[in-house]
Amino acid sequence: MAFLASLGRKTLNIFSTVGRAFLILVGAIVARPQPLKNTSLVIKQIYIVGVQSLLIIGVSGLFIGMVMALQGYTVLVDYGAEESLGPMVALSLIRELGPVVTALLFAGRAGSALTAEIGLMKATEQLSSLEMMAIDPLRRVIAPRFWAGVISMPMLALIFSAVGILGGHLVGVDWLGVDSGSYWSIMQSSVDFEEDVLNGVIKSFVFAVVVTWIAVFRGYDLIPTSEGISAATTQTVVHSSLAVLGLDFVLTALMFGTN
Amino acid sequence: MTSRKVEVGVGFFVALAFASLLMMALKVADQGVSGTGETYNLYAKFDNIGGLKPRSPIKVGGVVIGRVGDIHLDKEDFTPVVTLVISEEYRDFPDTSSVSILTSGLLGEQFVGFHPGFSFDGIETLNEGDYIADTKSALVLEDLIGQFLFSQNKDD
Amino acid sequence: MEYLVEIENMSFSRGQRPIYEDINVRIPAGKTTAVMGPSGIGKTTLLKLIGGQLTPDSGDIRFKGHSIPKMRRNALFAARRDMSMLFQSGALFTDMTVFDNVAYPIREHTRLPEDIIRTMVLMKLQSVGLRGASELMPSELSGGMARRAALARSIALDPELIMYDEPFAGQDPISMGVLVKLIKELNDALNLTSIVVTHDVTEVLTIADYVYVMADKRIIGEGTTEEIQSSDSPLVQQFLKGNADGPVPFHFPARDFATVLGEGR
Repeated sequence: MAFLASLGRKTLNIFSTVGRAFLILVGAIVARPQPLKNTSLVIKQIYIVGVQSLLIIGVSGLFIGMVMALQGYTVLVDYGAEESLGPMVALSLIRELGPVVTALLFAGRAGSALTAEIGLMKATEQLSSLEMMAIDPLRRVIAPRFWAGVISMPMLALIFSAVGILGGHLVGVDWLGVDSGSYWSIMQSSVDFEEDVLNGVIKSFVFAVVVTWIAVFRGYDLIPTSEGISAATTQTVVHSSLAVLGLDFVLTALMFGTN
Repeated sequence: MTSRKVEVGVGFFVALAFASLLMMALKVADQGVSGTGETYNLYAKFDNIGGLKPRSPIKVGGVVIGRVGDIHLDKEDFTPVVTLVISEEYRDFPDTSSVSILTSGLLGEQFVGFHPGFSFDGIETLNEGDYIADTKSALVLEDLIGQFLFSQNKDD
Repeated sequence: MEYLVEIENMSFSRGQRPIYEDINVRIPAGKTTAVMGPSGIGKTTLLKLIGGQLTPDSGDIRFKGHSIPKMRRNALFAARRDMSMLFQSGALFTDMTVFDNVAYPIREHTRLPEDIIRTMVLMKLQSVGLRGASELMPSELSGGMARRAALARSIALDPELIMYDEPFAGQDPISMGVLVKLIKELNDALNLTSIVVTHDVTEVLTIADYVYVMADKRIIGEGTTEEIQSSDSPLVQQFLKGNADGPVPFHFPARDFATVLGEGR
């Protein structure tokens, strides 16, 4: 009996959490737009979540591209196929590493910050105070942050891949002596703009929605105490990372799985 | 309310993202002959297509004129049929043209080599949906080695 | 007398724990009403109920004659423009200057040109004595100053009702004096209705016109300041005098001490 009761309670909890999360998502998306005022809010948030993540995204992209070129070269050179370094680096970055690593870094860098910020606004009664001023916090606090995240992440992923490909060029061509012409031309013949680049962007967009959603929901829904905030930030990072990796498999299977 | 620093930062960010997209479109993924342009389809039957895959290039003397579309098996005579998606830019090949499956380098990717035939009066041109009669299959390395060994043995 | 807020037979509980059982409170318009009671009995909850942030389990809350719990979202937001709440922490937006904080509700709810907003904000800041601090960030203010800045923000749109949540908690005697004076002056000058929720008895009795004393989920006493001070209820007297023990026991409910100690053996 006790087992059944606890199972039932947990199920109900999960359902009510998911329900509240959906309400927030709907509130953030359908929030009645106030073009002028909201644009400046969204731009400010893009600065915070996007522009301030540029450094970590750029540096990670560069190093991941360089490492892949180094590792790939040592394997490919045994088969005399080091010209294929270009497509190897480009395809793995554009299809997988760009969207996924960006989403993971974003969850750690910007997602946790979003959760903590919204959580602290809740703890210091700023959200309540907005409500009492007859201002909907979903519209003024959650929506701009949500949209900023959704807009920023695909852009960050593109930058990540581009920097990574340049990093691969740096190691592969400039240090290891792969021919620059074949690095680019074989890459061009194997990378398709719609199938690879656009699908990568779509992937990244899906991750952006999920990660930002989890981050703002965890912040909005947390218990406004020190433990509550720290638990919610951790949950943001853990849940979004798991969600990204799981979704990545599903999306990859859908997009590239069958020929 | 938005300060200048924020505006400049976001502008820089958007420009950077746009540059990356441009790099993807122009430098990483070649938009030359694929997808967006006007194309027409030709068909070719091969005995063996080897490792040919959809999206492999079709070249005339090294110039890419199109890409391989669908590959399927003819239901009646059980031979592979390859759809050749050719850019509208390259038209009016005579129907004496031949295609062969070639390999770039010893182990490189496979592509379709297109050899335009001579055009005389009275020779028709290839149009949408036509079959190319003269085809040469892929060279399969194992068969080649087998043939080589076989001919060696005969010499003895 | 005319009443701005009327609470009728209202009950409210948090989860399984009842907070209020069948209480009646009426807030006279244009007066300062104090709601007093020991910590942790949900005085803040009462303000949130009036503001419509929480919904009562039963009973009714009326603001200007309209039932708050029955309002739809838009009507509720419209009603909230006539009320305003000073939170215990001040709840200033930490990413804006004091000036922008005070200007925020005006910018949100009106389309006034920036120079009029500037005049309005400076007037509000002047009235709480913080005009000189208008370019400071909230983190640079002391607790008392933050509360005054928040007060300026809550009167920015000239509401009819201001609810003060523990305005005196944790203030030094000078800031406390300043706040008492401000509440009194604002109430008289702007013809506001004020609800002051507090447990600082002496301060609030100097400014309140009418007093409610709450304990144990109910209203245990009400009346004008004089009536309350001469109340014969032992509970009210204990609260006013601050006796450590009395009808509200010093000890949190527990089993007999001697028995518990005996169990350790």
